[in-house]
Amino acid sequence: MTRRRAALFVRIAVLAGLVALLEICCRTGIIDPLTVIPPSEMVASMVDHLGSGEFNESIVNTFSTIILAFALAVGLGTLAGALVHRSSRLRDVADPLLASYYSVPTFIFYPLLVALLGLGKAPLVVLGVLSAAPAVMISTLSGLDGVPPVLIKLARIHRLSAARTLWWIILPAALPRLFTGFKLALSYALIGVIAGEFILSGTGLGYAISFAYQSFDNRAMYGLMLFVLLVAIIANGILYVWEGRLARRRSAG
Amino acid sequence: MSDVSLETALSSGTSRRRIRAFDAAVMTVLMMALWQAVGSWTKGVAVSPPLPTLFYLFGLLRTSMFWDHAAATLTAFLMAFVLSALIGLLLGLIFGLRRFAGEVAEPILAGFYTIPKVTLYPVVLLIFGLGMSAKVAFGIMHGLVPMTLFTLGAVRNLPPVLIRTARVLRLSPARMMRWVLVPACLPDIVNGLRISFSLSLLGVLIGEMFSSQRGLGFLLVNGMAQNNVPLSTAVVTVIVVVAIAVNTLMLRIGRRRVARTGNK
Repeated sequence: MTRRRAALFVRIAVLAGLVALLEICCRTGIIDPLTVIPPSEMVASMVDHLGSGEFNESIVNTFSTIILAFALAVGLGTLAGALVHRSSRLRDVADPLLASYYSVPTFIFYPLLVALLGLGKAPLVVLGVLSAAPAVMISTLSGLDGVPPVLIKLARIHRLSAARTLWWIILPAALPRLFTGFKLALSYALIGVIAGEFILSGTGLGYAISFAYQSFDNRAMYGLMLFVLLVAIIANGILYVWEGRLARRRSAG
Repeated sequence: MSDVSLETALSSGTSRRRIRAFDAAVMTVLMMALWQAVGSWTKGVAVSPPLPTLFYLFGLLRTSMFWDHAAATLTAFLMAFVLSALIGLLLGLIFGLRRFAGEVAEPILAGFYTIPKVTLYPVVLLIFGLGMSAKVAFGIMHGLVPMTLFTLGAVRNLPPVLIRTARVLRLSPARMMRWVLVPACLPDIVNGLRISFSLSLLGVLIGEMFSSQRGLGFLLVNGMAQNNVPLSTAVVTVIVVVAIAVNTLMLRIGRRRVARTGNK
């Protein structure tokens, strides 16, 4: 425990040192302010731009797209995983597909999706689902594989109904691995949606960043960038801590 | 599979394999049919159907323009991949052996792995300027972290006796790496290489799709912008086929390694 705390402190110190170094380099002109602005300026710009409300619409747009894609990916991925798990024949077909799925840069489908569905929310949601759902599916499969057979037998001895077996036995036993899938799904959906907005879109935070870059508005660009990264880090961090708690509770109980 | 007794497994081995091949064929046909359906449903506005795409692709492969772009992507990708692999391997070994440094670094790396790195691409462009080096740098940003994390995990889970033996034999760090660490971690290293391969490819392609004049990513976006649907579909097809082929190859190598060393 103390060791973990020590690692945490050193980690914070290292990160703080890096930020301070960047600040000093920018302030003294070692790094050209046209390339990177000092971190304190980034924070100020973020606060300014968020406070002015000019990006409220983009923020709502982006995060509603991400949440929609994430929810769809979790729903579809879990369902597909559960279905494939039931049939060993489907499993034989699906396993090699899933094994090589993430080797394909899903993102290259985005221009096709835009042509197919038009510029707007739809291609972004589909892109988010395409990049996130297979991760949920893989983790559902591995979670269901990991349910000890003795628990299923226990459920059968107690003559639990299928729904109750699912709720009381399978779900709790598979939850840690499922959760890993959800965590991945969130970051993949986030990456997919923001990348899509960045490359080809007319709304959203990704678009706002690329617009600021193209109009040489470095201050706005770094402010928005910091905001997106902070939100991503905080969202992932919450899931990371939650996952650790789940795992620890399991090993303790 | 585990509750099938050995006898039935042996007798049904060939028929099972036949069923598997049949299912795989059905799956392929289904996917082609889906592709065809999307193509003809949209009347070729967004996706061109499989056969025309194939014909277009054969024509495309004979043009030098295509190979110019492919060579640009390949050069950037190879540089990004090789650098990610080497630096990642080294960092992973260091962080794996120095436990405390590893504990400090791992969450930072994992955090970096999950953020949308696209938002950082303008910074890369501002630092490196438009062109090859920016693409390579962006590819490394994607490919380096998974390689490091996989190697780190492999070294950390190594039986301590191996490292102690190396210390007893007073191997130099380089020899210890060459004769103990790398062979013992090889399956995980191959896995790391596999992930790093696809992510650095993704990084390079995204780099090319955003403000670039060369490469397959540019060709894809350009095909879209010019309404040249067969071109963009053909480029996507090439990338998907190459990515899947290399991934399958690396999976095979990884499995063979596991079978040989017998660990995990």
